[in-house]
Amino acid sequence: MAETKLRIGALYPDQMNIYADRGNIAVLSNRCKWRNIEVSVTSVGIGEALDSEQFNLIYLGGGQDEDQRRCAADLIENKRAGLVAAAENGSVVVGVCGGYQLFGHWYELGEERIAGVGLLDVETTRSNGPRLIGNVAIATALPGCPDGALLAGFENHGGRTRLLEGAQPLGSVVSGHGNDGSSGNEGCRAGNVIGTYLHGPLLPANSWFADWLIAAALRAGDGLPQLDDDLEERAHVAACRAAGVKPD
Amino acid sequence: MNSLRLALAGFLARTVGFALRIAGSGGTSAPGKLLLALAPAAITQLSTRLARGCAVISATNGKTTTSAIVAEVMRADGATLVHNRAGANMAGGIAATLNDQKGDFGLFELDEFWLPSLVEQLRPRAVLMGNLFRDQLDRYGELDQIVDRWREVARSASGARLVLNADDPLIAGLGADAAEPLYFGLEDADAGSTIPQHAAEQACCTVCGEQFVYTRYFVGHLGHYSCPQGHGARPTPEVSATDIELDGLSGSRFVINLPGASFEARLSLPGLYNVYNAVAAAALAFALGVPSDHIRSGIEASSPAFGRAELLEIDGRDCSIMLIKNPAGTNEVLRTLCADEEPRSLLIALNDQIADGRDISWIWDADFEALAETSGAVICSGVRAVELALRLKYAGVEPARVTIEPDLGQALQRSLASTTGRLVILPTYTAMLEVRELLVSRGAATGSFA
Repeated sequence: MAETKLRIGALYPDQMNIYADRGNIAVLSNRCKWRNIEVSVTSVGIGEALDSEQFNLIYLGGGQDEDQRRCAADLIENKRAGLVAAAENGSVVVGVCGGYQLFGHWYELGEERIAGVGLLDVETTRSNGPRLIGNVAIATALPGCPDGALLAGFENHGGRTRLLEGAQPLGSVVSGHGNDGSSGNEGCRAGNVIGTYLHGPLLPANSWFADWLIAAALRAGDGLPQLDDDLEERAHVAACRAAGVKPD
Repeated sequence: MNSLRLALAGFLARTVGFALRIAGSGGTSAPGKLLLALAPAAITQLSTRLARGCAVISATNGKTTTSAIVAEVMRADGATLVHNRAGANMAGGIAATLNDQKGDFGLFELDEFWLPSLVEQLRPRAVLMGNLFRDQLDRYGELDQIVDRWREVARSASGARLVLNADDPLIAGLGADAAEPLYFGLEDADAGSTIPQHAAEQACCTVCGEQFVYTRYFVGHLGHYSCPQGHGARPTPEVSATDIELDGLSGSRFVINLPGASFEARLSLPGLYNVYNAVAAAALAFALGVPSDHIRSGIEASSPAFGRAELLEIDGRDCSIMLIKNPAGTNEVLRTLCADEEPRSLLIALNDQIADGRDISWIWDADFEALAETSGAVICSGVRAVELALRLKYAGVEPARVTIEPDLGQALQRSLASTTGRLVILPTYTAMLEVRELLVSRGAATGSFA
């Protein structure tokens, strides 16, 4: 493989951590350790610049409105350039929930419009309607993965996200609400930049996707060594079932 | 006319409640909802009949236990209670409690979300705001929204004394909007830690937005804090606990300081989080004018509330049930458990019903890593047993120690078979109800809603 160490940059772990985002980082780092792949996790907080060379996987979770506002301003000021460069290099950039919204062009809350970094061609509006809450399963089409491979999780968002023309969703909704509750799309993917509303957290419920992210970050074209994933597979089935979907 | 309507509605609701109990479906909210549908002002009308008035308690963690301690204190003070002790803490539950019980003093734990509207209807003499932690985001929304709703209560609760936790910056900050708040807290520099726990909320100064800095953390983000820019700090509590000595799963000893009095007390509930419940109860009782000797005897007479550190005996073995429901509360339970060196086996049950929180993400925010340092078998049970076992795997708990048995009855049987020492059960809310039913049928526990 082209790279031997997973270098994770965790953005604002003190503020943007509302849906147990820590679980995603724990899954990424343990699955490297168990394969004897070196791994480092570095926090990048408010006021710190993001160096795109330092990381091959950058993660941003979700936060409460007030925290999200503060982080959005800092993201534009101190991290946009680094994020854009990382995306161009083919590094993996993952945004979950609030992180997904901030990777888009903007997030509109009533009169207020919070600017995002524009890594993904999406726009989000806070709806007056109900929050979209519940278990969710989506069918993906990722390079190197079986077509329709399922991601399962839990969603809880007031924002409705719209894909602009030409933008690709991460998956199509099999059960649950997805981006806006009506389009049938969930998340957005542009190369190795990924945004999704799925938490639960995302990666414990979908270890195959954790491995896809690790392999992409390491440019490991041949894939990764197998682990004993009996429990992970059972957990994936349980998360799909919670969403009312029976995986193959 | 109104009182006739209330009497009829009350009679109907009691009849329905009686019929449902005969039919074997206890703990339903149907009678209370029926009462409110027939007599929408029932809560206000019934509560004005309480000769000694009422008091309410809300918090993310500890409201049932704090209420149970206050109940003992008020009994020591000669009150007869109208009390929702089984934790039915939304409008229907409060209405049914008022309709079913007779007494001169009302004591109600209230759901965080329902606090504003129920305070308006109950017009309590005192409102205790205990703490706010992240909890069941799918049901309550984000914490900021609860804080905003509670601020309205602090502003508008005329006639009610506000009793606030000085150690929780989210709560203490509400004091600025209250007429004459009474603060409580811990004043022991040896308790807690100087290192934050993972589940700590990030509390910020309301003036400059900087994060508070702490000299001491007690439970999650509860501690001694101040604004780094000097805008404000934790208020000095009028009611405090000092000289705290924790004694594993069996309880603690501490000194309670009130304005003009202090006394040593022994509490038979474990952990620092229960010291908070005791000092909160002492503060509320003080605000209600209860003398200190009654406060003390109430604290000492307190036994664990329903499913909260209950100690039982099953087939000759000691058994503890400790409810888990959110990261901060779970961390305190795990910390208390790991400080106790007695050999034991563990049964953890994770359900995902509405009362548990449909979203099980929170288990990844709780520090199950603490269990990696312990020994003994761990059985994972409940509807989401598999995901719980996965959490333990990534927490570094030796896989050979962990068994998955989703069925709680089977899990209980296997836990009993695999241990000669103490069995500790950590269930989420609906799993706790199920476990208690199982234990009642074995004769190990008494009926839940007696």
